[in-house]
Amino acid sequence: MKAAPWVERLGYAILVVAGLVAPFVVYPVFAMNVLCFALFASAFNLLLGYTGLLSFGHAAYLGAAGYVTGYACKAWGWPPLFGIALGTLVATALGYIIGSLAIRRSGIYFAMITMSFAQLIFFLAVQFPWTGGEDGLQGVPRGTLFGLVDLSRNLPLYYFVYAVFLFGFAVIHRTIHSPFGHVLRSIRENEARALSLGYDVARYKLLAFVLSAALSGLAGATKSLVFQLASLTDVHWHMSGQVVLMTLLGGMGTVLGPSVGALLVVALQNELASLGSWVPVITGAIFVVCVLAFRRGIVGEVQALVKRSF
Amino acid sequence: MKALFGQLLLGLINGSFYALLSLGLSIIFGLLNVINFAHGALYMLGAFAAYVGLVQLGIGYWPALVLSPLVVGVLGLLIEVLLLRRLYGLDPLYGLLLTFGLTLVLEGAFQQLFGVSGNPYPMPAQLSGGADVRFMFLPWYRGWAVVVSLLVCFASWWVIERTRLGSYLRAGTENPRLLQAFGVNVPLMFTLTYAYGVALAAFAGVMAAPIYQVSPSMGSNLIMVVFAVVVIGGMGSIAGSIITGVGLGLVEGMTKYFYPELASTVVFIIMAIVLLVRPAGLFGRER
Repeated sequence: MKAAPWVERLGYAILVVAGLVAPFVVYPVFAMNVLCFALFASAFNLLLGYTGLLSFGHAAYLGAAGYVTGYACKAWGWPPLFGIALGTLVATALGYIIGSLAIRRSGIYFAMITMSFAQLIFFLAVQFPWTGGEDGLQGVPRGTLFGLVDLSRNLPLYYFVYAVFLFGFAVIHRTIHSPFGHVLRSIRENEARALSLGYDVARYKLLAFVLSAALSGLAGATKSLVFQLASLTDVHWHMSGQVVLMTLLGGMGTVLGPSVGALLVVALQNELASLGSWVPVITGAIFVVCVLAFRRGIVGEVQALVKRSF
Repeated sequence: MKALFGQLLLGLINGSFYALLSLGLSIIFGLLNVINFAHGALYMLGAFAAYVGLVQLGIGYWPALVLSPLVVGVLGLLIEVLLLRRLYGLDPLYGLLLTFGLTLVLEGAFQQLFGVSGNPYPMPAQLSGGADVRFMFLPWYRGWAVVVSLLVCFASWWVIERTRLGSYLRAGTENPRLLQAFGVNVPLMFTLTYAYGVALAAFAGVMAAPIYQVSPSMGSNLIMVVFAVVVIGGMGSIAGSIITGVGLGLVEGMTKYFYPELASTVVFIIMAIVLLVRPAGLFGRER
């Protein structure tokens, strides 16, 4: 599944440059939205694409971190970095708890368990008094970075979000290419064999799960600052499905695929926003087409093409 | 006291719906190896078929009880033949993703057509009203819903576990290739099993229509709980699905009375406990 190294490097170079100039080309909030979802989908891909575990409840970590960060910044007046750190921490803890339960089953049950726990988080978000119920947490202050940089302006905030994304992406990239990442892939390919080779498969799975949840949390925490809002949308099962779609569409098990998928899905939703309920219909139809005819995703197809032609 | 029994009855109704849905999920998964996420959407479709039939065509509750599962069953045939069939032999996760996409399409389309709010479906005249039993007020319709749903569950169990037709289904669950070698038309069996499973869901939808309002999101709210039910019970046995479904419905009903704050989450908490104590599920076996 590995593309020629120069293709990958070229891809990264394009990504970095595009990220730097993006706020001058497109509306910065849109670009930040894409970055948050790209990080979310990349974190999700660590689990689905590299470990072979389909979590159908990743909205829980995105949403929970968003709520915690939003609350810390709004009610306690925490500075943004601390707020994000706390949100990420909570998502990590949540990932540890849910992950250690979910890895007790595999395959389809794993998907159902993660989905059910995400629904539990959703109901908690509806019920807890501090989450603002249907309204969500509105007017989360963006604050100032290190007391110096005013993040309420879109441009500085964009570069902050970009830095967060690059950090998260680097962590994922490092993980995938580490010995740990190779063990994860061996679990994906043949769990029984990995086990018989002496790897503690359950621990590896859990660690991958926690890492994925933590980075999803990082994405959610950052997103709540960008939109100054934490709401039920982010913990809803639609969101869990959306991140699957981004990963599938872009190409699961590829480094850049989820980011490409995130860009496409977010752009599509922006374009179609005026259509209301037709958006899920179109999203669902893309889902069906991807599953039936396009399982390698865009980046996966491109990689296969490059491999064939060189 | 009356309130408690009222909640228990509602719990029993929900429980029998859980049983109908998890039963369908189990037989579909057993044979086709597909987790049908669209089960909730097809339950919703069943309720809407009855509603549209009544409002547009004047078809009443009783014919709808048969017609609506038939319509949804035919849709199930189409889904299996046109879509699901292409995914056999792949990772079962793709089946889940495909049916998830279908759910988005169906739910979104119905939201577009009928709005997000619920549409009331009138109680059939023969079953309106109720009886004042000593310890509770028993609305006829609710009693009927429980009895009929459980009867359908039991009949399905009987057919699968005790008849020749059911023995084919069980054999197909164990080893479809071998069964095909014996000359049984296995692809047709796959199609009919899927259609039957979703028809059960549609049947539950029609039963639910007079109790709950008919709304596009009624299915997805239910399916999440049903997934938890399936994890708790394990998909190994038909009887297990029924018992788990009904039992959890009752537990939910009791929670609603004693500690309403937990009512929407209790099933998920039980799921966590079961995973800790008996990961394969109450009636499941590791596979």
